[in-house]
Amino acid sequence: MSTDVLLEIKNLQTHFFTLKGVVKAVDGVSFELRRGEVLGIVGESGGGKSVTGFSILRLIEEPGKIVGGEILFKGTDLLKASEQHLQSIRGKEISMVFQDPMTSLNPVFTVGYQLEESLIIHQNLTKEARKQKCIQLLSMVGIPNPEKRLLDYPHQFSGGMRQRVIIAIALASQPDLIIADEPTTALDVTIQAQILKLMKKLSEETRCALILITHDLAVVSELADRVMVMYCGKLVETGDTKDIIHNPAHPYTEGLLRSIPDIEQEKSRLEPIPGIVPNMFELPQGCKFADRCSRCQTICTQEEPPLFEGPKGRKALCFFPLWKDS
Amino acid sequence: MWKYLVKRLLQMAGVLLIVSTIVFFITSVIGNPIYNMLPERAPPEQVEQVRKMLGLDKPLYYQYAIFLRNALRGDFGMSYTHHQPALRLIFSRFPATLEIVIVAMLLTIVIGISGGVYAGAYPRRKLSKGIMGFSILGISLPSFWIGMVFIFFLSVRLGWFPVSGRGETGVFLGIRSSLFTLEGWRHVFLPAFTLAVINIATIIRLIRAGMMETLRQEYIKFARAKGVGEKDILFKHALKNIMIPVVTIFGLQLGELIAFTTITETIYAWPGMGKLLIDSIMNLDRPIVSAYLLFVSVLFVAINFAVDIIYTLIDPRVEL
Repeated sequence: MSTDVLLEIKNLQTHFFTLKGVVKAVDGVSFELRRGEVLGIVGESGGGKSVTGFSILRLIEEPGKIVGGEILFKGTDLLKASEQHLQSIRGKEISMVFQDPMTSLNPVFTVGYQLEESLIIHQNLTKEARKQKCIQLLSMVGIPNPEKRLLDYPHQFSGGMRQRVIIAIALASQPDLIIADEPTTALDVTIQAQILKLMKKLSEETRCALILITHDLAVVSELADRVMVMYCGKLVETGDTKDIIHNPAHPYTEGLLRSIPDIEQEKSRLEPIPGIVPNMFELPQGCKFADRCSRCQTICTQEEPPLFEGPKGRKALCFFPLWKDS
Repeated sequence: MWKYLVKRLLQMAGVLLIVSTIVFFITSVIGNPIYNMLPERAPPEQVEQVRKMLGLDKPLYYQYAIFLRNALRGDFGMSYTHHQPALRLIFSRFPATLEIVIVAMLLTIVIGISGGVYAGAYPRRKLSKGIMGFSILGISLPSFWIGMVFIFFLSVRLGWFPVSGRGETGVFLGIRSSLFTLEGWRHVFLPAFTLAVINIATIIRLIRAGMMETLRQEYIKFARAKGVGEKDILFKHALKNIMIPVVTIFGLQLGELIAFTTITETIYAWPGMGKLLIDSIMNLDRPIVSAYLLFVSVLFVAINFAVDIIYTLIDPRVEL
């Protein structure tokens, strides 16, 4: 089992040192990822999901800084690796897909060049072999006329097509892990479904693990094997997707699930989680979710809850988790 | 593309026509050249004779028509003081000016781009602050002062460079230039650097601002996530995106350098076009002044045209 672990993150802490104070965007998050597994990270905006993703590749920009923890990828700690070593991992063993396909591609280089660049950096191929590989990659992600399209610039592609190109770039060197940061948020719904299906299919075909960062629980429930819910930089609940969707243990997860509109139930109003995300500069004492929680007790506002372990490898950061033994 | 070319050529012709009109009328009112050509006590008959010879007795519009007709053939008349065709005189001085301009532009490109990229990529480092300090000085200090300071310290005190003049020339591939001899380079360097200082300073600021803006873009982050090294991030992915304004300024600077090296050439006694222009203005040598101004206009129009073409090579979204 343990040889199957691809990525292990222990107590990751990424903080942003702004003029107004320190924001603990990721505060002590730990998790594991097995080969070929699809992990969904969900939560509201500002919960630390993206920062977690970028921390893995050490792509945190000023004023952010990874201040503690370990990121063990295939056994080596990426936080201790040299920048050069990291460059050889980025795009080769771990790739990323970004949120907004309209801005992730460089507007002044052809799509073919941007795809080929990844091959030039990470693989030792002849010019002709690279070209063939580019064509093959583009047709793999479903771009018609790949040979001709290689010469086009990003502005000549639609949003959905650009995201396909980005996925092709991510797949170029058969990575072991793709981190997809809200890959469908900027796309319209019909394209979303296509892209998600494509990602699922390709990650299965290439046995590539996937970290899917999203605020859309529907996306997660369809793709992910396991889910991790984040709130205010903390991991609040994790477990198998099915268990969490049908039987959430943390009140925050429950609230997220309840706020999804259900087409089969006639509801005149949506059920939001009351209140707003607390100010990241002045996080409350105790449980960060306490003042939005319906089951809040005195202890919740005084002490920080530990990560309780539940059945079937589930964990929840709550004094009163709701697991049922099903 | 062809349609654009034709349209552009017509525009250029229009611009040149307007410039020629302005040049002609301005040069015809700035003074009477006859008094510069004749001794002070010349008899009135002689003045009249020279007036006729130069065609200055004809009405102004008639003179203009003749001027235009000759200008189209590249004939701006004989210089009053040098007794040589004006355009040929300008061309004979052109290589000397081109030498310092080329060296100045090379210095601008190399120092301006590397300094700007560095200061933009690592704004907090000490060296970046030094670069920005230099650029403020470069923008604020007038070039005649910089030139005199250079001459005083580097030439007179330290003796590293000659004080003035153009060095010996060498011939390479049939071109005669002082850039082909070591002595020539020693002479070229100071005037070229003096010319370049303000341009380097401008380019540094332009590139630094563009760098800081571009490095925040998602596509830079994505390129990093792809494993692209720092050097390629800066000089390939980021730099190409900020080249449009830089090329625009380069174009303007190139034109300005060729046209108005006057002050620097005067300080270093460099036998280029700028010095010829100043001397001709002093002598009211109309043919040279008008030929010079038109030559410079053609140059500017051509450079701007080239810049527009380069835009499309840099940014595929630009359409002509």
